[in-house]
Amino acid sequence: MLKVENIVTRYGAIEALKGLSLDARHGEVTCLLGPNGAGKTTTMFSIAGILNPHSGSITLDGNDLTNQSAPSIVRKGIALVPENRLVFPEMSVTDNLYAGAYCRSRSERQAIDDDLAEIFERFPRLKERRAQIGGTLSGGEQQMLAIGRALMARPKILMMDEPSLGLAPMVVEEIFSFIHQLNQEGVTILLVEQNAHMALKVAHKIYLLEQGKVTFNGSPEDMQQDEMIHRAYLGVGSS
Amino acid sequence: MTDFVQNCIDGLMFGSGYALLALGFTLVFGVMKRLNLSFGPSIMLGAYVGTWVYLNISDNTWLVALVTVIATITVGAYVERLCFRAIRRDATIASMVSSFAIWMQLEEIAMHLLPERTYPFPAFFTTTTLEFGPFYARSEHITMLLLTLALLILLHAFLFRTRLGLALRTVSDNPLASAYMGINGSNILFLAFALVSVLGGLAGFLILSADSQVTPFFGLWATFKGLIAMMLGGMGSLPGAILGGLLLGVVEANAFWYGGPVIRDLSAYLLLFVMLIVRPGGLIGQRIVAEQRAADERV
Repeated sequence: MLKVENIVTRYGAIEALKGLSLDARHGEVTCLLGPNGAGKTTTMFSIAGILNPHSGSITLDGNDLTNQSAPSIVRKGIALVPENRLVFPEMSVTDNLYAGAYCRSRSERQAIDDDLAEIFERFPRLKERRAQIGGTLSGGEQQMLAIGRALMARPKILMMDEPSLGLAPMVVEEIFSFIHQLNQEGVTILLVEQNAHMALKVAHKIYLLEQGKVTFNGSPEDMQQDEMIHRAYLGVGSS
Repeated sequence: MTDFVQNCIDGLMFGSGYALLALGFTLVFGVMKRLNLSFGPSIMLGAYVGTWVYLNISDNTWLVALVTVIATITVGAYVERLCFRAIRRDATIASMVSSFAIWMQLEEIAMHLLPERTYPFPAFFTTTTLEFGPFYARSEHITMLLLTLALLILLHAFLFRTRLGLALRTVSDNPLASAYMGINGSNILFLAFALVSVLGGLAGFLILSADSQVTPFFGLWATFKGLIAMMLGGMGSLPGAILGGLLLGVVEANAFWYGGPVIRDLSAYLLLFVMLIVRPGGLIGQRIVAEQRAADERV
């Protein structure tokens, strides 16, 4: 479905991605794991059109997305839940959600309102706080808001950048059960995580990134079996 | 007492002009978090183009108003390109300094366009003085006050009821996140600038046609009054801009009546000085300052 082939992305003279390829298949959760600075976020930004890859190609269902602007990529069906959530702190929860649907056409007004109602159903706590401004929500609520906001774009692929970052373990469990539930409903997800244990529970396919390259890819089971990777990412004795 | 009430009425009328200018400043500041010092001079140049049309082409007041607004938008777009789009968003000082440089340039252009100091500006209204019991008000001032309030309502509706208004608020609130939503920030900022220029052009036209003359110093005057009114009300707040403008007008009118023209100008700065010590966030901005502080502490 989403195919990234051999992309090279640079920050000035620094090559952050050195020919990275990956595939995200329809209806699956694809997870990028790796240490800080491996290029996980850069990969997401390259796909979302925030950064333009120097070479390589990105396609979604055969449509070329390489070097397109962020607005046109959102319109083609890729939405991003950014790292640190980045909700709009001075805007109400409802307006935050409407902002997510900005790229949908005006004629979809009714559908957008229906989706808003659906998201409120999915996250009742957002409904309770719909008039509150984004900055006053707790971390977990902000994460739900960020996910809801991305869903408002009705994406074909939902990209999530470290949804567990800075959240209490219980809230992390909750967020991951949402991710699992969303996937069960047929949403394709591309997930970046540092929390390998949680990621393994929901992922269908894992890519390990190191220094701008994919060093391993396979199913969570494959990863468990690979002795060295298992040790490096999951620690000894865990399962 | 009658004098005082009459002063307050006059003050509200003058103040509505200040309020319009402050609305322009506060919108740019609210959206861009940067100060556009050239706002006043852009209006002045727009008005000069209007006067030039009035002197050389036609004395149709509607046409002059239209030309003034269009010229102000053009100059505003020029300022936006040079001082805002070309400069990184976080380089706030660079934007302010370059808008000051453009200010000088705009004054120079105006003086070359019409080299004498003072030019007539067409009056939009035939002045009639309305009497309310013992009090008087000039019709053009009442129009200005009503128009200011109408524009405030329109602006509020635009910002909170329309899709573009929503986009504008997201860019102001968190530009990075709004880019992730697929909102084209630089287009939205341009839109904000155009909107502000329309406001400025209208304000300039109304104020100048009430004065019936224009000088190159109008730019300086407009920037000073607009900035003071904005800071009184609270930077970035729309109702604050209106309140600040009206407050400034009332204080100045009374100072002028009891102390003369020198005291009037002094009173504006004194008022600002006191406000900055007592309520540094301004009349309305205080809440925003407190919320921001709370948000910073949470993070």
